[in-house]
Amino acid sequence: MEKFTQHTGVGVPLRRSNVDTDQIIPAVYLKRVTRTGFEDGLFSAWRNDPAFVLNQAPYATGSVLVAGPDFGTGSSREHAVWALKDYGFKAVLSSRFADIFRGNSGKQGLLAAQLAQEDIELIWKILETTPGTEVTVDLVNKQVRCADVTVPLQVDDYTRWRLMEGLDDIGLTLQHEGDIAEFEEHRASWRPRTLPAKHLPKVEVKAARAAGVPVEIGRPLPQN
Amino acid sequence: MARTLAEKVWDAHVVRRGTDGVPDLLYIDLHLVHEVTSPQAFDGLRLAGRRVRRPDLTLATEDHNTPTLDIDLPIADPTSRTQIETLRRNAEEFGIRLHSLGDADQGIVHQVGPQLGLTMPGLTVVCGDSHTSTHGAFGALAFGIGTSEVEHVLATQTLPLQPFKTMAITVDGTLPHGATAKDIILAIIAKIGTGGGQGYVLEYRGEAIRSLSMEARMTICNMSIEAGARAGMIAPDETTFAYLKGRPHAPEGADWDAAVEYWQTLRTDDDAVFDAEVVLDAADIEPFVTWGTNPGQGLPLSGRVPNPAEIGDDNQRVAAERALEYMGLTPGTPLRDIAVDTVFIGSCTNGRIEDLRQVAKVFQGRRKADSVRVLVVPSSARVRLQAEAEGLDRIFTDFGAEWRNAGCSMCLGMNPDQLAPGERAASTSNRNFEGRQGKGGRTHLVSPLVAAATAVRGTLSSVGDLGIEDAPDGSPLTTTVSA
Ligand code: SF4
Repeated sequence: MEKFTQHTGVGVPLRRSNVDTDQIIPAVYLKRVTRTGFEDGLFSAWRNDPAFVLNQAPYATGSVLVAGPDFGTGSSREHAVWALKDYGFKAVLSSRFADIFRGNSGKQGLLAAQLAQEDIELIWKILETTPGTEVTVDLVNKQVRCADVTVPLQVDDYTRWRLMEGLDDIGLTLQHEGDIAEFEEHRASWRPRTLPAKHLPKVEVKAARAAGVPVEIGRPLPQN
Repeated sequence: MARTLAEKVWDAHVVRRGTDGVPDLLYIDLHLVHEVTSPQAFDGLRLAGRRVRRPDLTLATEDHNTPTLDIDLPIADPTSRTQIETLRRNAEEFGIRLHSLGDADQGIVHQVGPQLGLTMPGLTVVCGDSHTSTHGAFGALAFGIGTSEVEHVLATQTLPLQPFKTMAITVDGTLPHGATAKDIILAIIAKIGTGGGQGYVLEYRGEAIRSLSMEARMTICNMSIEAGARAGMIAPDETTFAYLKGRPHAPEGADWDAAVEYWQTLRTDDDAVFDAEVVLDAADIEPFVTWGTNPGQGLPLSGRVPNPAEIGDDNQRVAAERALEYMGLTPGTPLRDIAVDTVFIGSCTNGRIEDLRQVAKVFQGRRKADSVRVLVVPSSARVRLQAEAEGLDRIFTDFGAEWRNAGCSMCLGMNPDQLAPGERAASTSNRNFEGRQGKGGRTHLVSPLVAAATAVRGTLSSVGDLGIEDAPDGSPLTTTVSA
C-alpha cells in the first residue's frame, strides 16, 4: 500500500446522500475475476447522464470525492472501494460513512475522512462556483484545505497510522512474521495438512444427464 | 480462569495479543477456497508479488458455479466457466490442492473438509463463504471471511480479529417423531431472530444436541449464520471421534491418541459464563417451514400463514407484508395447503448421506406428485458415490426425482439449476431471500423429511401426513448415529 500523508487533487462535489454500494458499483460487475479495472463500473447508472458531475470536464480528473451523508451503505462488496480507487480517487469526504465501507477503504488505502456536514457544504459551494478547484487532504495535521477554507477531518488513530505508514493489513501482519514462524514451530503434529494429499482409492464419478437422457458410461472426464 | 469452548480454541491460536483497539492476531489451521470469492485475492497476491504462505493448510474445491448435469462437457455459461478456469489456474500457479469437477472429493466446500477428515476439533477454519460455520459441529472455531481476508490468510496464514461474545443455546429433551436437526435450527432462528446472534459465537448444548449425528450437528451449525452469528460450535465427543476415525486426513497412531486427549478438554468449563443464554425444549419442536423471505419467518407446519395486521412491531409487520406479497400467500392459509412446483434436496445444510438416506426411506415404494419436479443433489461426489453404492439413486429415480452431480446447485442458482419467476419450492437449503434460487422464485425452507413428504403429496407435508411411523425396513426414520 502507498503511504498517505497528504494528497492534493481536484475536488468532486457529489451532492447526494445515502449513496449505497449498488450505486457505487452495480452487482453485474461482481462476476469479474480481476481486482483491477473496475473504473468503468463506478457510478455506472449515473454516468449515462451528461449532467452527472463526473461527466463535466473540470471534474473528470477529480481525485477527492466530497459526498453527502451515509456514503457506502448496503452490501459489503469491496468492489465499491476498488472502483473508486481504480477511477483515481484517493480520498472520500463525507459527514457519515457506513461501517463496512469505511473498514474496506482502510484495508485498501482509500482515505474515508469524516467532516462536519457544514464543512462539506462549504467545500461543495467552492467546488461548484469554481469547478476544478483543488482540495488538499492533510492526514498529518488532520485538515482539509480548499481555497481559503481550512477545516478539521476525523479518522480513527489506528487507520490514520496505517495509512501514513503505508501498511495494509497484510503488510502489517508480515511485520510480525517472526511471531508467526515461532507459533508454527509449536503446532501439534496431529493438526491437519492438506499436502501431501491423502485419498481414498480413485473412483469414477459418472456424469448425470437430464431426465430421460440415458447415462453414458465411459466418457472421459475433463482433466483437472 | 473458567472458559467457554470458543474461548479455549481462540486462546490456543493467538499469535500476538492486541492492545488498545489493536485486534488479536489469530493463527488459521485450515483455509478452504472456492471459485467465487478467491479470484481477486489471488490477483492481489500477484499484484503485491506475494506467495501463499502455507499451501499445505489450504484446500480448494469447485462448487458454487458447477453444473450438476453433463459435468464431462465444457461448462456452458461463460462467466461460470471463467471463474472455474481462473481457480484452476490460480491453484496451479500457487501450488494449492484443488478438487475439480469429476474428482470424487469435488463438492460443496463445507462437505469436503469434513469428509476428508481435515475438519477437526479445536481448529480455526476459515473460507470466503458465510456457511463456514458448518465446521463448528466438530468443535472448531469456523467462520466466513471477505475477499481481503482471504488474501490475508493466503499471504500470512493468520487473521487480525476482534474478540466475539459467546451465547449458549441449550436444547434439552428428545425430538418428537418426524422432527430433525433442521427443525431445531429453524425453531431457534424463529425464536432469537435473524439478528439475534449478531456479534456472538453460539454454542449448542444439551441432551438433544448430544444425541445428534455429525451430519445433523453440521446442519445446525451451518445455519448459525442465519441467526446473525459469526460462528456456531458443538463440543466434540465420542460421536465426533467416531466420525473422524479412519478418514483420509485423520491423525493416526500416537497422533490420534494425543489428539483425542486434547479434544476431550475442549468443552466449556462448568463455571464458565456466557454473555447470553437461550433454552429450548426439543419435545416442543415440530416440523418447521418458513413462509416468508428471511429464515426467521418460520412456523410449525401445523400453523397458518400469519396475518401481518396482527404483528405489533412496525418493522416486522412491514417486512411480513412485503414477504407475503413476494411469496404470493394469503394470511390464514393453512401451511399444509401450500402447493409447490419444485422440491430441492441438497446444499451444505442438508445434502449429506444421512439426509439422502432419510429421503430415500420416504420415497421408497412411492411416486412423486405429478405436479412437482424433484431434484436430489448430493453435497459432494463422494456422497453421490456412497448413495449409489447403497442403491439410493435407484430409489430416487424410481420415485421420479432427478439424481444430479454434486454442487451448490439450486441453493443459490449460480449454475443453471434455478427457479423460474413465480415458481415455488420446498428446499432443504438455508436461505429463502427474494430471488435466491432464481429471479422471482419463492422458497420455503424445510427439513429433508418435510421435503420428501412434500414431493409425495405436492403440498407442504410432514411424514406423519403420509402415515409413516417408521421406514419400510423397520428402522427409525431419524437416524441419530453416523454410519
Ligand atoms: S450450498 Fe448454498 S449455502 Fe452452502 S456453500 Fe453452496 S451456496 Fe453457500
